[in-house]
Amino acid sequence: MNQTKTAFSIRKIIGASSVGTLIEWYDFYIFGSLATVIASQFFPKTNPTAALLSTLATFAAGFVVRPFGALVFGRLGDLIGRKYTFLLTLTIMGGSTFAIGLVPGYSQIGFAAPIIVLILRLLQGLALGGEYGGAATYVAEHSPPTKRGFYTSWIQTTATLGLFLSLGIILITRHSLDSDPLKSFSKFNNWGWRIPFLFSIFLVGISIYIRLKMKESPLFAQIKSEGKISTNPLKESFSHKSNLKMVLLALFGATMGQGVVWYTSQFYAMTFLEGTCKLDFDQTRTILIWAILLATPFFIVFGKWSDRIGRKWIMLAGMFLAIITYRPLFQKLITITDTQTKTEVAEKKQIQTSYNFIAGSNDTLRTQAISHFFTNGTSLTETKIDTLYATPGKITLKPDVKISKLVGTGDYWLIVGILFIMILYVTMVYGPIAAFLVELFPTKIRYTSMSLPYHIGNGIFGGLTPFIATLLTTIYTGDKLVGLYYTIIIAGLSFIIGALYINNKTDKDISD
Amino acid sequence: MMNNLKKIAGIVWILLGPISIYYLVKTAAIEISKKPVPETKIQWIVFVFIFIPIAIGLVIFGYYALKGEYQHLPESSAEIND
Repeated sequence: MNQTKTAFSIRKIIGASSVGTLIEWYDFYIFGSLATVIASQFFPKTNPTAALLSTLATFAAGFVVRPFGALVFGRLGDLIGRKYTFLLTLTIMGGSTFAIGLVPGYSQIGFAAPIIVLILRLLQGLALGGEYGGAATYVAEHSPPTKRGFYTSWIQTTATLGLFLSLGIILITRHSLDSDPLKSFSKFNNWGWRIPFLFSIFLVGISIYIRLKMKESPLFAQIKSEGKISTNPLKESFSHKSNLKMVLLALFGATMGQGVVWYTSQFYAMTFLEGTCKLDFDQTRTILIWAILLATPFFIVFGKWSDRIGRKWIMLAGMFLAIITYRPLFQKLITITDTQTKTEVAEKKQIQTSYNFIAGSNDTLRTQAISHFFTNGTSLTETKIDTLYATPGKITLKPDVKISKLVGTGDYWLIVGILFIMILYVTMVYGPIAAFLVELFPTKIRYTSMSLPYHIGNGIFGGLTPFIATLLTTIYTGDKLVGLYYTIIIAGLSFIIGALYINNKTDKDISD
Repeated sequence: MMNNLKKIAGIVWILLGPISIYYLVKTAAIEISKKPVPETKIQWIVFVFIFIPIAIGLVIFGYYALKGEYQHLPESSAEIND
């Protein structure tokens, strides 16, 4: 009877913690997933690349402030407790996300728009920096030693599921604003993108209600009642050599490598499919959704397994596999989507041209879409937009050309398979890491000590991956896969440090 | 044997810190001079600002490794609270 009650209680704890963390990740990722749309709304449209870079910088800003959130809220969590701290982070995150959905565009309020959005994005990053450490610590401090990896792995599923939820809600919203798909997309780009942000307030409301009913972590409550809580968690975490050396080990030997693998397999893969392989927006996202759905249970598998064989080698094996297979896997994505190696069905070729008068002038906007179809079900549409000037002899010097590919069923599932393998690496490096970090640090400074290396590794090294990888492809233009070297070098370094210095023993007693 | 390897590798981590700072600053200077627009400057200043402290952290990590601090990892919090 007692055992049933305990099992029910731990399930409730895991559920309540995971739902809140999942919503925080959802809030955080809808911004990244809608980077292009947000760029057009909040940043000057004169130069689309500048607009996109500005958004990516804002996106990066969301990641760069995460370690500061880890310090601010980690300190609070070690001083006033886990429960109230992660309630606060959830409220800040929910409020900021909802507010982004309400900010008027650049065309309405000028430069105030991007500045407000940037501030709200920074608040999101701060809140996320405080959330994860609290949730992981809270669940771990309720878990028996033999199931710590298993129970905390549920928290580990939330980052990926948050991305899954954000992609799903964006796709559903994008398709449901009008019965005509083209009109629906246009409405989404104009105002519909706000819906996923506004929707967040309902999710956060439910989560706050659930979390309010939770009790404080038993280990924190115990040290508090004994008067053993830290008076200065920041000082104890980072100025005591014996603890600082563990913080550095956690960063360089584990979280740094984990961060780049996480973001390469999920975010950079998405950017790569859409940007380099020119795959259709919706198809890229549904592929990622399937891969996430199929791979997510493995967070639990590897978390549970780490209770039996230790955390170290599972995490390092994930890093190692990523290092040696990323280049061939990404190369395969290029090969699958390369239409030059496919046979075209010439008689199916379609050319559609439409003309729209440009208001206030005698010029006309011409949109020409040429569709090519291939024997294996793949199609390629090249859309060219140029202006037909009324003035004789004047022509558009650089027409706007967009290429979008749709792969056939066989190739579609092949790409799902490749992304599944990449996300499997994520489940290996990420599944056991919460238990690993919790076991490295003492209760009274655990929240602060584990949050900082996690958010430097995951937020800075990981979060900047799509940005740095894309940047590398603009510097070294000859190799489409050059962006992967950032991940390979960082993960390689982390693998060597982890293999040399990390202990594979699991700490049975984390109550000290 | 393993402990010696950990110590020797410490020298590598110590050297890697300044090397990565040099490479980062050099690349930033080249890229900014190639395209001196605000976007390029902001982007590289952010990179330099956030990665220099991390590189210093790597040097400290290497120093601890060289001093043999990682030959024995703490097994209880009492060992951390010194």
